[in-house]
Amino acid sequence: MATYGSNDLRVGVKIILNGDPYTVVDSDFVKPGKGQAFTRARVRNLKTGRTIEQTFKSTETHEGADVEDRDMEYLYTDGENWTFMDSSSFEQLEAGATAMADAVKWLKGNEKCVVTLWNGVPLQVTTPNFAELKITQTDPGVRGDTATGGTKPATLETGAVVKVPLYMEEGEILKIDTRTGEYVSRVKA
Amino acid sequence: MNLAALHERASLNQQVRVFFAERKVLEVETPALSQAGNTDPFIDSFSVNTPHGLRYLHTSPEYPMKRLLVAGAGDIYQLCKVWRRDESGKRHNPEFTLLEWYRLGFTWQKLMYEVADLLHTLIPHLQKPPRFCSYREAFLESVQLDPHLATEAELSACAQAHGIAISGEMPVQAWRDLLLTHCVETQFPTDQLTFLYHYPASQSALATIQQVDGQAVAERFEVYLGALELGNGYQEQTDSAQNRLILVQDAHTRGHDIPVDERFLAALEHGLPECAGVALGIDRILLCRMQRDDLKQVIAFSWEVA
Repeated sequence: MATYGSNDLRVGVKIILNGDPYTVVDSDFVKPGKGQAFTRARVRNLKTGRTIEQTFKSTETHEGADVEDRDMEYLYTDGENWTFMDSSSFEQLEAGATAMADAVKWLKGNEKCVVTLWNGVPLQVTTPNFAELKITQTDPGVRGDTATGGTKPATLETGAVVKVPLYMEEGEILKIDTRTGEYVSRVKA
Repeated sequence: MNLAALHERASLNQQVRVFFAERKVLEVETPALSQAGNTDPFIDSFSVNTPHGLRYLHTSPEYPMKRLLVAGAGDIYQLCKVWRRDESGKRHNPEFTLLEWYRLGFTWQKLMYEVADLLHTLIPHLQKPPRFCSYREAFLESVQLDPHLATEAELSACAQAHGIAISGEMPVQAWRDLLLTHCVETQFPTDQLTFLYHYPASQSALATIQQVDGQAVAERFEVYLGALELGNGYQEQTDSAQNRLILVQDAHTRGHDIPVDERFLAALEHGLPECAGVALGIDRILLCRMQRDDLKQVIAFSWEVA
């Protein structure tokens, strides 16, 4: 496995810190005129998503984290695990609820996702940026009120709840930005 | 590449030359490639293979300029490129421009005022007069701790209390450096120069040492704008034996990978005149002048694309 010196901790480099895989989000080199140099970095824990600040001595070396991003298709869930398939090797993997996190809200089946693996185990699932999902429940629409920009909650077929314009009705299909969880547009059926 | 920065740099260089011409300070040039390098344990030189053996790109023109002082050159300055390995970041580029000058018969205090005059010329939006602060005062103000007396355990606890996450053990001076860069410098005002002086004697480099309030401190200063260090000045150590001792000790700490500059030491035996000297980072001054925050914005082609 690769090792990195503190000077090599550029944005995107993945290292092991206290046993967990981290990715460097931001780093800067600091050094007094005549003294010890340090690398001040912000690093994100790939298991928990938490970002922390960490300072490294210039002489330290860091073990690289064996992290890999794979394009995989979401197949199904048994409620506890979510199964993904590598579309070229047909290999299947199961991701747990921690790795799924918010991704669960946007998946109904056959979406192409990016599964981040650490030592072969799914750490994190990233869904496509946009999802098209049907409204299964919302209060009745208010006809004619298309201009005021008011919103109401709507429950989608995956169970996610998003804010939609007042005139949207049950059965309609919406385009949602999965990164923000916001309604983008109506999709013509 | 920023065309405005090219013009600013050209005009800044011209202002530097006018400043020194008016003060009858002579512009000099010394070799960038030398047979001996800088033995400072925290500064790394690039080496170059030549048909005449390994040579080192200078990290500052200090040694040859002092040889010129011994030879009777008088007040001198140099504006040149220097190189430091592994120093790379928003405020560091491994190749950068340094302005270094020496003033005969000056005290380091008098030199601080000359540095302030020059910086106020080069950074016109600086209006407030500079502030002067000892290393001890600066630590007492920002982290409530005497840097000369605090133990390794106290310094490390202080770092922890200020939310600095770092693992492993370090010597006392490294903890001071950590607190200086993470807590002390960040408190410096952004609209006036700060001169920090009286560093611990262990940080003297080639500056003279004096006793102040029971502590051996270096007659050395650094000048900052906000948290950005712009330069480093000394009351130059003229004692040749003391200079030799420091270079040999440094070389030993480094593991003797860099030869000690014997020509420099031999010259000092003929008598370095009493003087004060300082070096300023031109790229960083340009950063302040243009109110930018990343060196890439003021260098024609930064290290990554050079």
